[in-house]
Amino acid sequence: MKVKKKTIGLLIYLGLLMIPLYWMLNMSLRSNADILASFTLYPKDITFVNYLKIFTDSSWYMGYVNSIIYVTMNTIISLSVALPAAYAFSRYQFVGDKQLFFWLLTNRMAPAAIFALPFFQLYSTIGLMDTHIAVALAHCLFNVPLAVWILEGFMSGVPREIDETAFIDGYSFPRFFITIFIPLIRAGVGVTAFFCFMFSWVELLLSRTLTVTEAKPIAAIMTRTISATGLDYGLLAAAGILTIVPGILVIWFVRNHMAKGFALGRV
Amino acid sequence: MEKWSNNKAWFLVLPVVIIVAFSAIIPLMTVINYSVQDIWGPGQSVFVGTEWFEEMLGNKRLHDALWRQFLFSGLVLLIEIPLGILIALAMPKRGWGASACLVTIAIPLLIPWNVIGTIWIIFTRPDIGLFGAAINQFVEFDHTARPLDAWITLMLMEVWHWTPLVALLAYAGLRAIPEAFYQAARIDGASAWSTFWYIQLPKMRGVLTIAVLLRFMDSFLIYAEPFVLTGGGPGNSTTFLSIYLVKIALGQFDLGPGAAFSLIYFVIVLFFSFMFYQALQRVGKGEKG
Repeated sequence: MKVKKKTIGLLIYLGLLMIPLYWMLNMSLRSNADILASFTLYPKDITFVNYLKIFTDSSWYMGYVNSIIYVTMNTIISLSVALPAAYAFSRYQFVGDKQLFFWLLTNRMAPAAIFALPFFQLYSTIGLMDTHIAVALAHCLFNVPLAVWILEGFMSGVPREIDETAFIDGYSFPRFFITIFIPLIRAGVGVTAFFCFMFSWVELLLSRTLTVTEAKPIAAIMTRTISATGLDYGLLAAAGILTIVPGILVIWFVRNHMAKGFALGRV
Repeated sequence: MEKWSNNKAWFLVLPVVIIVAFSAIIPLMTVINYSVQDIWGPGQSVFVGTEWFEEMLGNKRLHDALWRQFLFSGLVLLIEIPLGILIALAMPKRGWGASACLVTIAIPLLIPWNVIGTIWIIFTRPDIGLFGAAINQFVEFDHTARPLDAWITLMLMEVWHWTPLVALLAYAGLRAIPEAFYQAARIDGASAWSTFWYIQLPKMRGVLTIAVLLRFMDSFLIYAEPFVLTGGGPGNSTTFLSIYLVKIALGQFDLGPGAAFSLIYFVIVLFFSFMFYQALQRVGKGEKG
């Protein structure tokens, strides 16, 4: 009986979680005139006109492409610098290790709002303004510390005897790290990649500040559309629905890693 | 586990230090530079010392925004942490149900923050929104006109958006508890409550530390969602620190005061995060010993 009650509670929660999303889906399948004219719980005449507009207008669909490019870059950069650093933090004691770790974390606490302007100046000066790499680098500010933090947890769960045995067997450090150690913490790498992707994908303020046209993310295109033409709810809802799709794909791919990562209890 | 003592480990950390320093230290220096100058044009500035800091510390609207921010973050932690733990406890432990739950719960986390605001605008508007229309059957509700309604909407949005993160982390912590612990509890005839209090909760300490810290930092720095949903209004009732900061720094282009403000802001977040971190570490040690 008790188990039943729990499950019912969980199902209610999941239902509540989906309602706002359902509502946006509902809106995205109706034209703006229809939305403003009548209130219905489900779309009566389904129209794909909003989606069609997004897929045929390059100023819309390029937003998705831009977002995906810089998010991927950021995930790769974050992981490749964070992996060795996390290893160092989990295995070695060195001068200033604790202070360095806390300093890294403080960067996640800095208000992005105020970094917007200095970032703008910095990236203009070095000529990276309005490029994908600029946004990817800026997002490293909060993703790299997080990646180090999560990976360090996973690595500390691997017994050190494995490292010792490998070194006795004559493995060099890079070879050991890439062929033995990283496969051992695959799940951790998957979970970290998921978090890097997530935080880079959802960030708005910095990505909007650092781009003009060439690398403009979809989130910024949406806000611009609101201010320029008033609210076209149907179009906005369709664009919103499409921003969720890459996220769902990513969770789908890492779901097994996530389950395993969660089994290790290190996130 | 004793760690190997070796300063060569710095070489492994170096790439991280370089990349973070590039994005953190240079902009931070710029901010400090702004905060002590009065700037009224390119190349036209004068050193003013701590004037901006004094002005900002005495600023009534900043104080209001700060208290609002504390109230908001406090409510967020009070609601989301227990709720997240409850959800994690209710989730199935294995099988397709567990995967399905994980994927579904994670969805709100992957939506860009301003889209979250958009979803809730569409959802809560009295004329076209399901929630807005439903609640207006009973009481008058309009988040654009009444401060309390704006707060309720914001809290609902925030809980909807971020409880999943707490639930996922808590779930991770629960999965890490070996089955032997539960067996021992069953043999001792422990109730569900004492199993939770003496086994599950202490074992979740690590992940809950991360959850509390992340939720505190991010709710304290919240910007995009209230900006889209309420724009800080009605009046100033939902003007949180970030919104006020952007208004000063980018809206009015008052770089000096804006920079001083952001440094104060940064120090506050740093202080509280450090306190939480220390407190949670100590609680954990007490339980072990």
